Amino acid sequence: MLDIIKIEDLCYDYIMTDENDNVVEKTEALKNISFSVPDGQFLAVLGHNGCGKSTLAKHFNAILVPTSGRVIVDGIDTSDEERIYDIRKTVGMVFQNPDNQLVATIVEEDVAFAPENLGVPPDEIRRRVDEALKQVDMYDFREHSPHQLSGGQKQRVAIAGIIAMQPRCIVMDEPTAMLDPKGRREVMKTIKRLNKEQGITVILITHYMDEAALADRIIVMDKGSILMDGEPHKIFARGKELRRAGLDVPQVTELSEMLRESGVNISSEIIFEDECAKAVSELKLRTKTAVAEKKVGHIREDKSSEAARLENVTYKYSVGTPFEKTAVDDVSLSINRGEFIGIIGHTGSGKSTLIQHLNGLIKPTSGVVLIDGKNIHDKNINIRDIRFKVGIVFQYSEHQLFEETVAKDIAYGPTNMGLSEDEVKKRVESAAQSMGITHLLEKSPFDLSGGQQRRAALAGVLAMEPEILILDEPAAGLDPKGREKILGLIKEYKRTSGKTILLVSHSMEDIVKYAEKVLVMNKGKMFCFDYTDKVFERTDELAAIGLDVPQITRFSHKLKELGVDIGNDIYTVERAKERICSLIKG
Amino acid sequence: MIKDITIGQYFPGNSVIHKMDPRIKLLLDIVYLVMLFVSQSFTGIFVGLFFIVICYIISDIKLIMIIKSIKPILPLMIFTAILNMLFIKGETPLFQWWIISIYPEGLRMSAFMLLRIIALIVGMSLLTYTTSPIMLTDALERLMSPLKKLHFPVHELSMMMTIALRFIPTLVEETDKIMSAQKARGAELDSGNLLRKAKSFIPILIPLFVSAFKRANELATAMECRCYRGGEGRTRMRQLKIAARDIIASVIMVMMLGGIIVLNFFPVVP
Repeated sequence: MLDIIKIEDLCYDYIMTDENDNVVEKTEALKNISFSVPDGQFLAVLGHNGCGKSTLAKHFNAILVPTSGRVIVDGIDTSDEERIYDIRKTVGMVFQNPDNQLVATIVEEDVAFAPENLGVPPDEIRRRVDEALKQVDMYDFREHSPHQLSGGQKQRVAIAGIIAMQPRCIVMDEPTAMLDPKGRREVMKTIKRLNKEQGITVILITHYMDEAALADRIIVMDKGSILMDGEPHKIFARGKELRRAGLDVPQVTELSEMLRESGVNISSEIIFEDECAKAVSELKLRTKTAVAEKKVGHIREDKSSEAARLENVTYKYSVGTPFEKTAVDDVSLSINRGEFIGIIGHTGSGKSTLIQHLNGLIKPTSGVVLIDGKNIHDKNINIRDIRFKVGIVFQYSEHQLFEETVAKDIAYGPTNMGLSEDEVKKRVESAAQSMGITHLLEKSPFDLSGGQQRRAALAGVLAMEPEILILDEPAAGLDPKGREKILGLIKEYKRTSGKTILLVSHSMEDIVKYAEKVLVMNKGKMFCFDYTDKVFERTDELAAIGLDVPQITRFSHKLKELGVDIGNDIYTVERAKERICSLIKG
Repeated sequence: MIKDITIGQYFPGNSVIHKMDPRIKLLLDIVYLVMLFVSQSFTGIFVGLFFIVICYIISDIKLIMIIKSIKPILPLMIFTAILNMLFIKGETPLFQWWIISIYPEGLRMSAFMLLRIIALIVGMSLLTYTTSPIMLTDALERLMSPLKKLHFPVHELSMMMTIALRFIPTLVEETDKIMSAQKARGAELDSGNLLRKAKSFIPILIPLFVSAFKRANELATAMECRCYRGGEGRTRMRQLKIAARDIIASVIMVMMLGGIIVLNFFPVVP
């Protein structure tokens, strides 16, 4: 097969110079990279943040040219400036943030942008645009404007905009990082279809192991070089090395690893839930039904320590216009002091609106919000005091940073509270310590890495020492290592401070790891609110309302279909392993 | 919330007026304005107003929108009317008090000006009500394309317009989010004196600028990846074609303009 992209000994340095063109700083972003991509391949590139994978991606279509070495696209050297548009037409590129790639105010106009730039005749553009929109399943939205679309839909429009150039290869730089699970599924389905049906070469850069598992080949990068290159099954079998490089493996791979460690003879090359279910069902089993162990009952049920309570809260958007929409529908619940509550629900389920009721950013259309037993919208209550008591860290919280130094930024909240200078200083230090950023306090927040910025923003809310801390998707868009770090720090903060924490997340994997109780929202209503174990016993129902259940849970469902029942409450790898071991050993 | 602000006043529809070529619509709107200024009599203005109301009915835009479009400039209108009333002198005053004297000519003039401004605004609004911003930008780019020969950056300007239109809703949403985030950190945005108020917006403006620059940077790369290289050699998917309806509309408009000029010479009403 022909190679669409060929990379020979590619090196790339980021060079910073001063006014007199003297080199101040040189960072080697890519070091001696060589590989080629055959036509029609689906290649995934993995690596933690800052490993050079985005820099590599920009070499595929001559956005960057090598410091040394060569990149050959379809026989053309990318340093050949004369043929730059031939290269860009052959290798299209889709980026992380769908909003920042769309140029026009109407979907079809946007898709037409590239062919218009290439001087394609109008009739041909029309044909290509219609075809491209049909391929990504967005034809019915051709006359919408981008801001009316969901993230997944916008990203598919961006993909259509690339397909309209009729490229032979599409490079995607973390296209699903900013999407919700539904958007991710839509985009992944589109990518797979383009690769399988249209024969377009796909290079997918991602943080998600399950997405990489779908590829024909995986390249793992670390510190600017290639660490591994091979077929997904072979790559994921090297779990220890991957973890050292700040990555992860699919849950079923982890399960097979753990089973092997406890002496079970199971293949190391398992990455999909069906493979794993098949392998487990073929093991020598003593019995085919596992008995769920008796759960330790939850002891803490102290009504006197109620921190917050919602009574029949309903919130409607744009009341009295044709756009009226009920975002939160008659929700009543009570949150006790010191609880760690996970909130899940897909986009538009009302979870973000709900949490903003708790600090009075949103006033309910009807119903009452009580904090410490008092109605927060009472006349004699200052809403600002409530905001200091109930801290909210919004999604992509790094966007709220604004001060010259991290320390000043963290001090913003406490200063607004009117605390003394000494007290503010003390709080800044302790918050920075909780988030592990004491060494960054004097730096500008804009010089930090994405994960560090996120932690600085979190510290800014922690420094107000709120009684209730609400976190909206604190780990969104981070790589596996960054996710674990930030969630670990939150858990540690909870353990030491004993504060009430509400964690909103799309990821059930994260919720089950940290939360004691789970609130499931669906279509503005409270679907259920109970202890984590109880909620996740109903994984079938959760899957039915469109939530993304963990891979290990899907595995247990598959296994049941094959006649082996390890219970309905499998949502952690550890539990799956214990149950399977109990089937074997008795 | 700021989200509720509508940007642009476009009401999508399927009427003949919606479907008209935006270039012709823009030109005819200019002819309409000229007509109003040429007209020296109430008859002319009334003809214009009558015509525009019919256009509103044809394009299925609610007549209440006429009032809505006038509302923002109401103070200006009242001001003009009063000035006219006070300063236009005639022979016999209708009313006199202290140094104020009002003449029938002044009253007539202020009524005339008032009607003219109303007709003007209502006509301009019809254009934005029935033409999407992107169509308008498109029409402007094409009408101004002869200026390219004079090295006037027509394409660049229209590209800037398009991108601005595209990102206004995004940035409005972003502002809303940043405001919520800072309010959650105890920001007071609507109290204190002017200086304090201005200062309290720094925590909102800086993140907004940072993000806007980041977006601009990413958008530029994305545009490069899609082979953008300015207006040269660029084709357009949507071709604007002049249809029968555009010709009919032009004929009606020119006839009206002609009629009004004739009226100036042979006034029906003095």
